[in-house]
Amino acid sequence: MKLYDKPAHVLHEMLAKKEISSVELTNDVFSRLDDVEGDVGAYLLTTREDAMKNAEAVDKKVAAGEEIPFLAGIPGAIKDNICTNGVKTTCASKILENFVPPYDATVMTKLKKNNTVVVGKTNLDEFAMGGSTENSAYHVTHNPWNTDCVPGGSSGGSAAAVASGSAIWALGSDTGGSIRQPASFCGVVGMKPTYGRVSRYGLVAYASSLDQIGPIARDVTDCANILNVIAGHDDMDSTSSAAAVPDYTKSLVENVKGLKIGLPKEYFIDGIDEDVEKAIRTAIDDLKNMGAEVVDISLPHTPYAISTYYLIAPAEAATNLERYDGVSYGERVSGIDVVEMMKNTRTQKFGTEVKRRIMIGNYALSAGYYDAYYLKALKVRTLIQKDYTEAFKTVDVIACPTAPTPAYKIGAMINDPLKMYLQDICTVPINLAGLPGISLPCGFSEKGMPIGLQIIGKPLDEETVIRAAFSYESTHSFAGKIANMGGKDA
Amino acid sequence: MKVSKEDMENVAQLSRLTIADDEAGMYTEQLSHFLDYVENLKSVDTDGVEPTTYALPIENVFRDDEVKASLPRKAALQNAPEEEDGYFKVPRVLEE
Repeated sequence: MKLYDKPAHVLHEMLAKKEISSVELTNDVFSRLDDVEGDVGAYLLTTREDAMKNAEAVDKKVAAGEEIPFLAGIPGAIKDNICTNGVKTTCASKILENFVPPYDATVMTKLKKNNTVVVGKTNLDEFAMGGSTENSAYHVTHNPWNTDCVPGGSSGGSAAAVASGSAIWALGSDTGGSIRQPASFCGVVGMKPTYGRVSRYGLVAYASSLDQIGPIARDVTDCANILNVIAGHDDMDSTSSAAAVPDYTKSLVENVKGLKIGLPKEYFIDGIDEDVEKAIRTAIDDLKNMGAEVVDISLPHTPYAISTYYLIAPAEAATNLERYDGVSYGERVSGIDVVEMMKNTRTQKFGTEVKRRIMIGNYALSAGYYDAYYLKALKVRTLIQKDYTEAFKTVDVIACPTAPTPAYKIGAMINDPLKMYLQDICTVPINLAGLPGISLPCGFSEKGMPIGLQIIGKPLDEETVIRAAFSYESTHSFAGKIANMGGKDA
Repeated sequence: MKVSKEDMENVAQLSRLTIADDEAGMYTEQLSHFLDYVENLKSVDTDGVEPTTYALPIENVFRDDEVKASLPRKAALQNAPEEEDGYFKVPRVLEE
């Protein structure tokens, strides 16, 4: 029986009822991985031996009559910027090529308590800087729906693994869209929780005021269940929210009657792909027909979001990445004195995009430019956030595209960084405002590439986001599809 | 805004990066292009607007001043490029 194409909640039931074993399931996922990974390249490292061992342990628990938690025995993938004790964590950078964390990220500790099975560590844009996974120092990841196209990024490996069947679910991180945009490009569901909802302890820092870990999965039900596992306050992350964690599966309800959905005109930008606009407008009409009330809204500072984000995120990155100096961990390239050593290390081991962002950040923070760039961006951030606060006085959620286009061809934008940055218009404002957002499949382009619908909620109101997304998903057939990878489907 | 050669050198120095001669043109041009784009922020009236560093309210977090378990020295040093006698070792810092 084919198992790799099923969502986690179905597999969980089958495991609990002893219809399948975790060893059987894990073998099936690895055998699918053997078939497709050569064409996709989702992983930087696989941990097959450990995975089989953990699968056996879960089977023993089930045999002993123990109840198993949701993710127990279900193979998932971890973005390689999340620290895994004793397992290399490279951030897809040469500077961490041999870095083996001596501790687990809090999300890993939580997953281990749930007896999950980890397939491996997934590819990303180096230090999560990019939207196509082309900035990995190791290899390019291909979109399972069309291997000439990018999977999106920066969590491109995680999204491609879930979409190709080499993982049932995955964790990603989202600083400016890095969960939602690859989910959209790969036809899977990706959720960025509210800033602080999930502990960032052990997530390699890119931009600390924007980073957030979240699930990438086959459907909304899996996302809600994974969020139940990973959400919550953590003493090790002073920015994690102390708010109580609700049971998100209670929001898996098909009911949008009376739900007020805001449609921001600024998100339907000039140059938005026709197929994307059509799919999103159709999805909104469908939600309206299901009883939701659709309200036109304005988020007037949206045109400034890209500038704001691309000053703040690089400024934080420049600061965070100062730690890669060849002293306490990571690679070192020798030099005649300590400063030369640091320069040589950073110059030879960071990739082009990382250097570009470090320099943008240091420029924006440097004497003479701080007020004009960094401080100005922080003030505009306040105005962007106010736009949402105003909008949420009249609506419950906001719906819009996740990305202005479907996945594009590998190499199409790599030489034009600014053009690439402009692609992030629908996702970065949500990070600036700290809001929760989900991307779920809502159709395909004429060329057969997936399109994602984004639903954004109030701070800490993941529940309404999940309810709206679940309602849409359960009345459509776009979710839960696996790319068949040119007939590699068994 | 055209970024000057001096500005580019200064920012590379602040970043502890060496820009090779054949890359200087590319980085300067891309940074200039980027700064032209972010000029649009100048048209936003931010008089009296407070800056936002964190989107959600963040408060100082305190805990009792108790000694807790921490990484053993060996584990903390396991990724060090060079170590000696339980310390991180670096090349010469001061001139002789």
